[in-house]
Amino acid sequence: MNPQTLQLICFYAFSFVTVAAALSVISLKNTVHAVLALVLTFFSAACLWLLLEAEFLALALIVVYVGAVMVLFLFVVMMLDIDQEKMREGFVRFLPVGLIVAVVMLVEMLGLVGVRAMNAHVLGQNPAVAAGLSNTAWLGHALYTEFLLPFEIAALILTVGVVAAVALTLRERRDARYETPSQQVNVDPRSRVRIVKMAAVRPDEPTASQEPQP
Amino acid sequence: MISLAHYIVLGAVLFCIAVAGLFINRKNVIVLLMSIELMLLAVNMNFVAFSRFLGDVSGQVFVFFILTVAAAEAAIGLAILVLLFRNRSTINIADIDSMKG
Repeated sequence: MNPQTLQLICFYAFSFVTVAAALSVISLKNTVHAVLALVLTFFSAACLWLLLEAEFLALALIVVYVGAVMVLFLFVVMMLDIDQEKMREGFVRFLPVGLIVAVVMLVEMLGLVGVRAMNAHVLGQNPAVAAGLSNTAWLGHALYTEFLLPFEIAALILTVGVVAAVALTLRERRDARYETPSQQVNVDPRSRVRIVKMAAVRPDEPTASQEPQP
Repeated sequence: MISLAHYIVLGAVLFCIAVAGLFINRKNVIVLLMSIELMLLAVNMNFVAFSRFLGDVSGQVFVFFILTVAAAEAAIGLAILVLLFRNRSTINIADIDSMKG
């Protein structure tokens, strides 16, 4: 079997899994199962990106999405006590309109992009290999030269995201006692301890039996 | 031979599935958030495909930024969701009407 046919078979297999998993994301009854189906969707999408030789992004998708975002989703789904049945109300009612909108949109999109014209673009040589680099190096060169400012802004966005997520969910407890560091630093020792001058007194000699053991 | 059309069609199909998901899961905020993630995946698929077929690195750089922003968005969205559930004990969109929108 020539490699191009194999590539095509792999593409169809992975895209079938992607679409099937995406369909189950929106139709499964149990939210936990829906999250797991979304994990499968991202995983097979990463495989499709590997077919395009976008290795860095494929692995980043698995690490960032499957490893972090989806785990966050699972945490939240399991933390919240959701009435699954109540959430399904309106599913049948909105199913026809949803399907109609989706199908019409799909037809419009396919008409717009012009599938026949796009068919002319076949998979050529990998541009990263043509530049004598790996995909990661190719991406990294662009990221740290041409796109340095957006890269820094992305880092800033992530920091703001962390701070916002913590600030939103942090619950101040009324029954807990807090200490204020600024007040602690500003404490004057003279207001806490009073030193009293007194004459020295010799203590009574302790007896051997009463002497505490060290 | 894989052509650009294959990936564009796949992206369009994923996007339309996500739109249908927004319509039919009108009650559950978590599934709505997951549909938005699916939409972002469809867009990313187009970006990666165009980047590879046109030999331009900008598409893949843009996907990198989309992943970053989507991660921040998911974190903040879920934080808001937890807050909402803590205050109102529901994530049903029909019950979230205190702003009379």
